[in-house]
Amino acid sequence: MNKTHAPKRCWLLLVFLTPIAANAAATVEDRLARLEAAAGPATATNSGDNAWVLASAALVLMMTAPGLILFYGGLVRRKNVLGTMMQSMILMAVVSALWMVYGYSMAFGEGNPFFGNPTQYFMLKGVGAAPNAAYAPTVPQESFMLFQMMFAIITPALVSGAIAERMRFKAYVLFMVLWVTLIYFPLCHMVWGKGGFFNWSLGGRVPVLDFAGGMVVHVSSGASALVCAVVLGKRIGFPSEPMPPHNVVLSLIGVGLLWVGWFGFNAGSAVNAGALASSAFAATHFSATGAALGWGITEWLLKGKPSVLGVASGMVAGLATITPASGFVSVPAAFVIGLTGGVVCYAAVTKLKGAFRYDDSLDVFGVHGVGSALGLLMLGLFASAEINPAIGNTFAAGGKVVSLAGSFSQLGNQALGLAFTVGLAVVGTFIILKVVGAVTGLRVTPEDEASGLDLAEHGERAYND
Amino acid sequence: MKKIEAIIQPFKLEDVKEALNAIGLRGMTISEVKGFGRQKGHKEIYRGAEYTVDFVPKQKIEIIVPDSSVPAATEAIQRAAHTGKIGDGKIFVLNVESAIRIRTEEEGDNAL
Repeated sequence: MNKTHAPKRCWLLLVFLTPIAANAAATVEDRLARLEAAAGPATATNSGDNAWVLASAALVLMMTAPGLILFYGGLVRRKNVLGTMMQSMILMAVVSALWMVYGYSMAFGEGNPFFGNPTQYFMLKGVGAAPNAAYAPTVPQESFMLFQMMFAIITPALVSGAIAERMRFKAYVLFMVLWVTLIYFPLCHMVWGKGGFFNWSLGGRVPVLDFAGGMVVHVSSGASALVCAVVLGKRIGFPSEPMPPHNVVLSLIGVGLLWVGWFGFNAGSAVNAGALASSAFAATHFSATGAALGWGITEWLLKGKPSVLGVASGMVAGLATITPASGFVSVPAAFVIGLTGGVVCYAAVTKLKGAFRYDDSLDVFGVHGVGSALGLLMLGLFASAEINPAIGNTFAAGGKVVSLAGSFSQLGNQALGLAFTVGLAVVGTFIILKVVGAVTGLRVTPEDEASGLDLAEHGERAYND
Repeated sequence: MKKIEAIIQPFKLEDVKEALNAIGLRGMTISEVKGFGRQKGHKEIYRGAEYTVDFVPKQKIEIIVPDSSVPAATEAIQRAAHTGKIGDGKIFVLNVESAIRIRTEEEGDNAL
């Protein structure tokens, strides 16, 4: 590939340099002006930006495998390790294929405010070296497409934590195909697609700030997870029978990979390698820090011991909480958002789940849904036009440009987006589950549940000695 | 011929083995077991969910000895495994009908 492209690059260089050489006698200002003109419109590919977006795409995939796979795999019982890992892993294949055929087009094609035209980029036609000026003017659209694909993979994978240890694999795959098609791709379009209903920078109606997917990824998966847990019902023996994690060490390795991967998730969402990426990177880190402390200290005070899994869960909660807000808030604001997220998610996982007795097995709703909902709302108050100048002067409402920086009116916009997402996720997931249930049945038989998904559904065991 | 089964604290296994070796008893079968008697289990908490773990890990030692060795063997185990705290375990003595060494076909005390 490099060899065939190299001559083209030389030609480009010559085209750029020729006018400069021809005017060697001109003033410095003149030459600079010509250089800028020669650099062309804002859609020229910047190799630094492209490097960061590609690296970020790889980091986000790493969050699914092995990050989430180890995190979830460690939390289940040893008879369900492979089945649980498979639920995340298979989406790398299934969702990628859908993304190629129509997913990217439904999410980022032009269409109505609710979903993109599935034929515009059908089979990724036209998605190549040329940047898409609306989404990422300095990287090939192909890079942007790859980066976004990794989000489409991890979002449904997060949901799998709620149905762990009891769902039929056949039903799971069918459910996920329908879920990404009817919920994820449209929601992605509404928030990030050109003309999307909630897109504050590209012609939306209600300006919701969601930098890296608090609403699109975590609230949608968290709310759907809760519906899945309720519709599928509890695991046999829950909550009277102990179901402790079979290997906390695996989960801790997973959390470490998630934190590192999240830098790609959030800082990569700047889709350039500039100051905005640094800002999102910093917010991400300090929120996870705050939440680890928030969860750890709360548990220490209430239960007498700071558990290792608790601190790790706090880290994930902090990362989910800051996802919408990174890129819009200062470091101290991010720390406070994380600290609050750690305490609130601890309460959601222990008190809320205990009170309503649903079996959200790996706490997808309590950690991702509740955390990111909180982050979306706090962002409405903490969003800063100093950190992200674009929100100060981009959105036009009623003929005049309004600021989306922290205020009660922006809090209202955020709440509207949140309510819509929860509504779509809850209703959509419920209907999809009913359809899938009618076609394949949702749960494995009680015998298979007792022997474990690994053997019953996949014919393998994770540990053979 | 008697079988002595002792349930002991896992960290006392080495001491018990050495005490038995010291009185000339070589050979034993051990297994990691779980159970509870008067010793209470402990509490584990994963993400706020509390589990009471009743079954605590113990070590089981099985030895077969001639009748004449029983008092010395039980005393050795009792002394070596003793800490004075709840959870030290128990010793059981059972009758054994016969014993055969597979390699040589020796029987009875000669097989031990």
